[in-house]
Amino acid sequence: MLEISNLVKRYGSDAPVLKGLDLVVEGNTVVSVVGASGAGKSTMLRCINRLVEPTSGSIQLNGRELVNLRGANLRHARRKIGMVFQGFNLIDRLTVMENVLAGRLGYVSLYQAMTRKFPQTDIDRAFHLMDRVGIAHYANKRADELSGGERQRVGVVRALMQEPEILLADEPTASLDPKTSEQIMVLLQSLASELSLPVLINIHNVSQARTYTDRIVGLRNGQMIFDGTPGEFNQEALDAIYGGIEAPDETGGEEQPTEEAQTP
Amino acid sequence: MVEQTAELTARPWTRYSRKERWIRFAIYFVTLFAVVWAIRDIDIFWPWVWDAPTQIQNLGSRMWPPEFEAWSAILNAMLETVHIATLSTMLTIFIALPVSYIAAQNTTPNRLTLWIGRFILVSSRSVNTIIWALLFVAIFGPGVLAGILAVMFRSVGFIGKLMGEAIEEIDRRPVEAMEATGASRMKVVLFGIVPQVMPAFFAIVILRWDINIRESTVLGLVGAGGIGVLLQGSIDTFAWQTVATILLAIIGLVLLGEALTSMLRKKVL
Repeated sequence: MLEISNLVKRYGSDAPVLKGLDLVVEGNTVVSVVGASGAGKSTMLRCINRLVEPTSGSIQLNGRELVNLRGANLRHARRKIGMVFQGFNLIDRLTVMENVLAGRLGYVSLYQAMTRKFPQTDIDRAFHLMDRVGIAHYANKRADELSGGERQRVGVVRALMQEPEILLADEPTASLDPKTSEQIMVLLQSLASELSLPVLINIHNVSQARTYTDRIVGLRNGQMIFDGTPGEFNQEALDAIYGGIEAPDETGGEEQPTEEAQTP
Repeated sequence: MVEQTAELTARPWTRYSRKERWIRFAIYFVTLFAVVWAIRDIDIFWPWVWDAPTQIQNLGSRMWPPEFEAWSAILNAMLETVHIATLSTMLTIFIALPVSYIAAQNTTPNRLTLWIGRFILVSSRSVNTIIWALLFVAIFGPGVLAGILAVMFRSVGFIGKLMGEAIEEIDRRPVEAMEATGASRMKVVLFGIVPQVMPAFFAIVILRWDINIRESTVLGLVGAGGIGVLLQGSIDTFAWQTVATILLAIIGLVLLGEALTSMLRKKVL
């Protein structure tokens, strides 16, 4: 169970990006976080695994406080938090297998990592997961030879190799074409139930959020303004989250959801 | 239509404004002045310059034909030269890599280490190999060791600086991903940074090895080992025919090194 309470993040002396956020994720639910660019979605996700330092507040994963961890304790906590990135963040020059095994870096010794002598159980797990998402035949290919959808599968498998207690996905489909991004969403949804894993997904595409997730959380200006099931996510909620945002670079993101909202 | 013609006639264009033209003239003038001043000041003894063609002919006739009797000594000295270059390049790697790590803005632990790293690089690079060699000959006495250390001390700055720049240019995203897995700093470097700088690393080391072969050939002039010792000795004893052979050998070695490194570079990139 993930419990975020009164989370505040302020960069320098600017206005805070997150203004006292509360969020509880239980069981193996898939939660999507929607909101315009700059609403604080990415910052919230990165506060959980401390790629971004929270200014104040509390984040507990299965009863363990994450905010004050340092050094080895922080690294131990991070092992249990898998993360999938918008840009896949693979190591291009390494093979798919090496990228996948990189998910075990928190568990193996430096010598094992350097010589690539990972324990057989890790290799078995890697092949099992790669088979599951359909990339096992690429094991010895270089990561940059794969297509976008395949690369994101590598990213997902790498995160799952950590044997995480929660999976964070930061815009996992934003760099993919519509069809591939739906496949990735289906994959995340089914993996969540197979591995009984809670998943937190930042997402721009509201219709995908509705279709593939159990719960939608809407952020605006660092505050949660919607929390409910996809069925409850109506035009009113959409306007509240995206409406009236005048920044010119956000009009593209704004139009799409309003169109979506009119169709059903 | 009327407007168009009016615009066509009323819009003169010059590449440089009046002020820019004056600045350019001033720069030409200053450059010319510097050249004239330098030539007047360095006090060239012109009769010797006009005499040069005869001297070249003279030296050429004394050098011809090259004397190959000392070939085994020359070959040994050449091998020593290559050994100096290879050993010093290898040893440099161990010093230059940690220095480049602390001299790169995105990996250095803090500002102090950044400045220490940069200080090491600048001081290494601002002193020429021959001057390092003079220092080490004074400390360790003449010989190969002084030569190796001299080439090393100069190479640390070169490899360190270029590797530092390579590290600064990496994609940060894989690094972030490695941090998110809970990997320690060393493992993040190993998986997130090392693969990204590998091609640059090989290219830089090969280039420096090539340069070091050329630098090693002159080390002997100050007594720091290699073919230069033999060259200096032959010049001192007016054995011009042996000098010719040594010069040919050096040209041959440099060409060989060039060919080998360009072949390796193709393999790496």
